[in-house]
Amino acid sequence: MTPVTQAPLVSLEGVAKHFGTYTAVQKMDLQIHEGEFLALMGSSGCGKTTTLRMLAGLEAPSEGVIRLDGKPINDLPSWSRDTPMVWQSLALFPFLTVIENVEFALKMRGLGRTERRRRAEQWLDRMQIAEFAGRNISQLSGGQRQRVALARSLVIEPRILLLDEPLSALDAALKVRMQSVLKTLQRETGITFVYVTHSQSEAFSMADRVVIMSRGKIEQIGTPQDIYRAPRTRFVADFLGSSNIFPGQLTRDGQGRPVLATSSGDFALPAGNAPGIAGQAASLTVLDTRMQIHPQPPQGARNSVAARMIGEEFVGATATIHFETDNGQELRVQKSHEDLADLSLAIGKPFYLSWSPADGHLVQE
Amino acid sequence: MNRENEANRNPLINGALLAYVLLAYLFVFAPIVASFVFSFNSDRFPSIPLGDFSTEWYRAVAADPLVWQGLRNTLLVGVGVGVISTALGFGAAYTDHRYNFLGKQVYLALALLPPTIPVVIMGLAMLAFLSRVNLSGDAGAVIIAHVVICAPFAMAVIRLRLSQMDPSLEPAAWNLGASEWAAMRHVVIPFCRPAILGALFVTMAVSFDEFAIAWFVSGLNETLPVKVLGFLQGQVSPRINAVGTFVFIVSMTLLILAQLLLGRTAAPRKE
Repeated sequence: MTPVTQAPLVSLEGVAKHFGTYTAVQKMDLQIHEGEFLALMGSSGCGKTTTLRMLAGLEAPSEGVIRLDGKPINDLPSWSRDTPMVWQSLALFPFLTVIENVEFALKMRGLGRTERRRRAEQWLDRMQIAEFAGRNISQLSGGQRQRVALARSLVIEPRILLLDEPLSALDAALKVRMQSVLKTLQRETGITFVYVTHSQSEAFSMADRVVIMSRGKIEQIGTPQDIYRAPRTRFVADFLGSSNIFPGQLTRDGQGRPVLATSSGDFALPAGNAPGIAGQAASLTVLDTRMQIHPQPPQGARNSVAARMIGEEFVGATATIHFETDNGQELRVQKSHEDLADLSLAIGKPFYLSWSPADGHLVQE
Repeated sequence: MNRENEANRNPLINGALLAYVLLAYLFVFAPIVASFVFSFNSDRFPSIPLGDFSTEWYRAVAADPLVWQGLRNTLLVGVGVGVISTALGFGAAYTDHRYNFLGKQVYLALALLPPTIPVVIMGLAMLAFLSRVNLSGDAGAVIIAHVVICAPFAMAVIRLRLSQMDPSLEPAAWNLGASEWAAMRHVVIPFCRPAILGALFVTMAVSFDEFAIAWFVSGLNETLPVKVLGFLQGQVSPRINAVGTFVFIVSMTLLILAQLLLGRTAAPRKE
């Protein structure tokens, strides 16, 4: 895991980027630690790519300071920073062979021919594409090009590597394979990876820490586990898409315990997660794997709602069952096929969905 | 090419299109072919039936020192025009590719304007201007005048190539440690190389054939097309056919070279 105590490799201090009247990145504070795999995640237009381009020196911040190793780099041109990037289009040089592509950065740094060749060959070897050294880029498959792009960026042995949705052009199977290549590479080299993606599965499967962005702002920073279990805002819960969300208002029940009043009923809140202010708007999120389905109203201290089954979707080993409450809210429950076997599911049939208050998680609106 | 289902083709339309293409080519090339044929004909005047096969007109042309002088001027001008207008065209195309600025549309319209100006007006204007600054009447004047009409062709050809370049390619070079100059030298120019050579050949061919402007500004340093007019004014001689055939072959060679280079870059790249 990331050692948080040492000084950050990169820090963004109040960094903002405006294009005319459009604000791509709002005042942003972020610290990137040496050796971590950090994912910047969000939908398109959230400012993740602009942030990456500012790190690479392709855009200048409108406000704030970016520090690399403690030194401000705002005014440093791209070619004077060692912040190589793997581009979404890969941007390999089509008029150069594979090995010439990999040698490029070394050539620009004035290294001699034999030394360049030796280092490039090492990286081609490491990326398992040594046999293609003399080929043209157009003769390579998507996965092979990906490896050339990585070798071309890593050949200077930088402390940080920037990746801009590098896997988006690959098919699903290759994507999964390249994810493990990237993760292994990062662990072995200890190079800090900053990985921009809109894909939750890519971010969560590779990154040590994930930064979720929306409309130029950071919504949440945390490990994939933290974010998954405890989304900080309604936006994050929505974005992850794996929780049922009940919007409502904080209040207290007859015994003075905090509850959330929603259109589907009053729900008990998890202990320790309940903020004090009554009357405040908030949402309760419950992971779709933590909900139970009952044919009869459940007994005991569980939150429950009545809902009608409206559909069923098979997802490999599990199934997702879709429900609708009387007031039209859609809910989902994910269960293994064994758990569902004795429920005699049928579309249109009424059920009760329940969860333990401890499995709920309260988020800000 | 994909084989289309023959059932989707109307034989009548196919036939008509084929005839149209053949007639168009016949119309364009018949005079050139005739000139070519008569250049090897021993008769003094072009008439049918043909006389004997003869290379005497070529020998006559080759023996004429004025023709050699004209050819030397033409080649000198052609090479100069090719190099200068390709360099200017590249600069203009790169500016358009890389930068956005106020009045860019006007800039582009002005840059591409010269070939649309009638050559007589252009020639006259060039003569008036160049004589004012004491530059008219030598090969340099022809080069200047031809660069004005040729640079837009070079710009158009190179601009097309730049539009095929991945916009990330140049930033990728900077990102890997190349300064702007290094990125230009190691990425932009190599990427554009086929178009640059193509532009060089096209502009040379345009200059090689150009008559009207050269006639105005060349003074005593006449280029070959201007010399040909001199022949015509003196007497109608089959030597003209010989010169014409030669000029045609040189121009065609340059254009075919350009076409081969540009055709290769336009072919879909596997991405």
